[in-house]
Amino acid sequence: MNQQDIVCGMMVDEATATHRSHFHDKEYVFCSANCQHKFEANPTQYVAAEPAASPAAAATRQAESAREQVAPPTQAPADTALATLDIEGMTCASCASFVEKSLSRTPGVHKALVNYATERATVEYLPTQASPETLKEAVMKAGYGVAAPAAPDTSAADRQAELDQQKAVAYQKLKRRLWVAVGLAALVMLLTMVMLWPALAARINMQGLNYVLLGLTLPVLLYSGREFYTSAWNAFLHRAANMDTLIAVGTGAAFLYSLAATVAPQFFMQHGLMPEVYYDTTATIIALILVGKVLEQRAKTQTSAAIKSLMSLQAKTARVVHGEQEIDLPIEQVRPGDVVVVRPGEKVATDGVVVLGHSAVDEAMLTGESLPVEKKTGDSVFGATLNKTGSFRFRVTKVGAETMLSQIVKLVEDAQGSRAPIQRLADKVSAVFVPTVVCIAILTFVLWFDLAPVATRFPLALVNFVAVLIIACPCALGLATPTAIMVSTGKGAENGVLIRNAEALEKAHQVTTILLDKTGTITRGEPAVTDVLVAATYDINQVLQLVAAVERQSEHPLAEAVVRYAEAEQVPRAAVEGFRAVEGRGATATANGEQVLIGNQRLLTEAGVELSAELAAQANELLGQAKTVLYVAIGGQAAALIGVADTVRETSAAAIHRLQTMGLEVVMMTGDNPQTAEKIAHQVGIKRFFAEVLPQDKAGKVQELQAEGRVVAMVGDGINDAPALAQADIGLAMGAGTDVAMEAAGITLMRSDLQGVVTAIQLSKQTIRTIRQNLFFAFIYNVLGIPIAAGVLYPLFGIALSPMLAAGAMALSSVSVLTNSLRLRSFEGAKS
Amino acid sequence: MESPEILVTLVGLSLIAFVLWYFFFSTREAVSAVSSSSGVQEVDITVKGGYSPDVIEVEKGKPVQLHFYRDEEASCSEEVLFPDFGIRRELPAFQTTLIELLPQQAGRFEFTCGMGMLRGSLVVK
Repeated sequence: MNQQDIVCGMMVDEATATHRSHFHDKEYVFCSANCQHKFEANPTQYVAAEPAASPAAAATRQAESAREQVAPPTQAPADTALATLDIEGMTCASCASFVEKSLSRTPGVHKALVNYATERATVEYLPTQASPETLKEAVMKAGYGVAAPAAPDTSAADRQAELDQQKAVAYQKLKRRLWVAVGLAALVMLLTMVMLWPALAARINMQGLNYVLLGLTLPVLLYSGREFYTSAWNAFLHRAANMDTLIAVGTGAAFLYSLAATVAPQFFMQHGLMPEVYYDTTATIIALILVGKVLEQRAKTQTSAAIKSLMSLQAKTARVVHGEQEIDLPIEQVRPGDVVVVRPGEKVATDGVVVLGHSAVDEAMLTGESLPVEKKTGDSVFGATLNKTGSFRFRVTKVGAETMLSQIVKLVEDAQGSRAPIQRLADKVSAVFVPTVVCIAILTFVLWFDLAPVATRFPLALVNFVAVLIIACPCALGLATPTAIMVSTGKGAENGVLIRNAEALEKAHQVTTILLDKTGTITRGEPAVTDVLVAATYDINQVLQLVAAVERQSEHPLAEAVVRYAEAEQVPRAAVEGFRAVEGRGATATANGEQVLIGNQRLLTEAGVELSAELAAQANELLGQAKTVLYVAIGGQAAALIGVADTVRETSAAAIHRLQTMGLEVVMMTGDNPQTAEKIAHQVGIKRFFAEVLPQDKAGKVQELQAEGRVVAMVGDGINDAPALAQADIGLAMGAGTDVAMEAAGITLMRSDLQGVVTAIQLSKQTIRTIRQNLFFAFIYNVLGIPIAAGVLYPLFGIALSPMLAAGAMALSSVSVLTNSLRLRSFEGAKS
Repeated sequence: MESPEILVTLVGLSLIAFVLWYFFFSTREAVSAVSSSSGVQEVDITVKGGYSPDVIEVEKGKPVQLHFYRDEEASCSEEVLFPDFGIRRELPAFQTTLIELLPQQAGRFEFTCGMGMLRGSLVVK
């Protein structure tokens, strides 16, 4: 029979329940020890609260909880605040129901959702009636705990800080182990050399000296090298073998042989063997490997420096406007809808839209763009960027994990977690490496024992056995690709190039053809006034004043271009009356008492206005340049022509030239007619282009190039570019583009500038070159090192590798690979 | 060949055979994830020289929570990677680290330590 867990409401089988408790002569059963402990701590709280959630309610809650995992909670309305709490102590979905109920009953709470899977509560509440503290109390009243206020980006930074601290402690411990090993190994070496001096060796008790060496080596093994042995043993129990296995087996064999020779020398002599000891080998190998580990650890921390510095950019506080006051709040308490003040020299606290004031903001940390960007009302600002000159206020739109900075950190972390296809071979080798080396070492021992002269066979077999184990370093192989990917993805983020995964990074270096969507990539993607031509009797400023006055009333993109131009020219404003949009033609209005018409030629023709011969000729010239012409009439007379066109970015031609000098073919694609396409292509130095391409045909053009055997990188920014970005071998989305385009792309360029494409391709080429060098070093080192250590050169040249030399080489191998990867830190992206 | 050589050869070859069998050919038991009432598939994994369990069976399309408890300080296990899911996570010693993923496709997906020496598999059915 089933009974309900009084704490969480879950149904528990009474017959089999293991968690039970008595209260007031009644037995209660629980789903877990956690619920039992909660009940026993304060039984009256639960007994008084009976009946708890009904099975039906519990089932509904479970369904809701499951549904919530796929549908995240919606954003809170502007008048409510949103709190996220990490709940501790939940053991089942019914616990989530219990917490949710307690939060929902709290005065001021509009909505509470508790996700058991993520152990997180999302609460919408009225800040005037509730606060994060009262919410926390509600959770604790239900018998659960709250870990910390959760703003995912800051908690990620905190988690990183905690990890860093742990690593620093481990590093100090490692250094202590190293110094003990170095000191004792030096002593052991010194005493061993004494034994090699015949005059001195004859005077000392060799047996006693062996015991002294044993005494000095034991701390090296048991303190400095203990981790190698425990790690190797643990791995062995899991049928796994790692680098520690090789060190443990190698040094362990040398030590055990020496120990036997020390305590029972007669046994060796009876069997025709000299009771030689190898304590110097054991101690020195451990010391040298620890040297390698210390250097490796130091280098490894630098590989993730870029991502750490990104995470540390987040502002800690924000100056929020509350009525007449400005209050400094911790960043975790800032909510969407809040208005935040930013003064010169301050960081922008989070993402939002400017509502008052203007300034120049340095966005280099997000986009790699070195020049500050002008911000005015309506412009977006991003958290962690630096306000340079003016003061402004912005309305918060995104906080926590939603911000641009958090998204970048997440993207870089994801990329660093991915595997590059180039690593496949190394992965395959790594998986079988250590057991294979152990087999080779055993075979080496057997062959030397069987083939060498009887007097020296055992020492030779043992020394070569140890040398094979010690020289084979799987670390270099394992570090070759990930370290290079770590450094380059971080470096990319610093330069405004976000790489989705290692595969995209690898693909980018194979590209032979770059296909550029014209609008938004080569050009700015928005119309801009290029020419203002006025009839002889008119003043240009007067015309612009009247035209801008009329166009301010319009929402047409061409009208916006005219208004932008007039504002840039600081033309004074004029009064407007009777604005009327004429569909398909333009607009009319009275400005400063003058009747103004602005639109296409048809508008003027239908109004009976004739163009002068001069204006007609100039109009034809503008049309010949593939520009849109706006015709202006004032007081019934043709007064001016305004040429509008999508302008080429200043950096496009230089970037395209650099791509071409890198040996890449650059192809343009546009929906424009062939004449306009040709003009733009010519302007930026592109020889091949596709004109009149419909949005649905863009992916087809990529396929067309691929069918020619080209590896195509597609660069685009709009929703209609997404299929082409996905079809391309590698898609590069421009930062000002849409989320859909970015989703379909392997690389996102934070700057709307083709120099980002150059940076991405150069970074990819340099990274792959580094990975290849690393893999070459790692493979060649083992391919040559293992046979030499096994003694293949000994029969011919009498060359055998000392295990101590092998240990030194092993320590250096992974350090050299890491150092090579760290060279990528000096990479500099293409500048505008 | 005299008896010491014969003995060493036989012992050596036996050891090689044992190493090959133990590391490559011995069978490993798969453990199925436990589905909680909320539909989340949960597995506790101990990291100590390897992963226990190291073969984990889960169902496709349901969220998976893997609780990695690293019961050692050995540097070999300080990271875990799920390359197919783009996850690289550091595992602090003597702490539990939660890794959440949503397997959308059936298949066998490997997870490894940072250098690919320690291995486990997520079998999605």
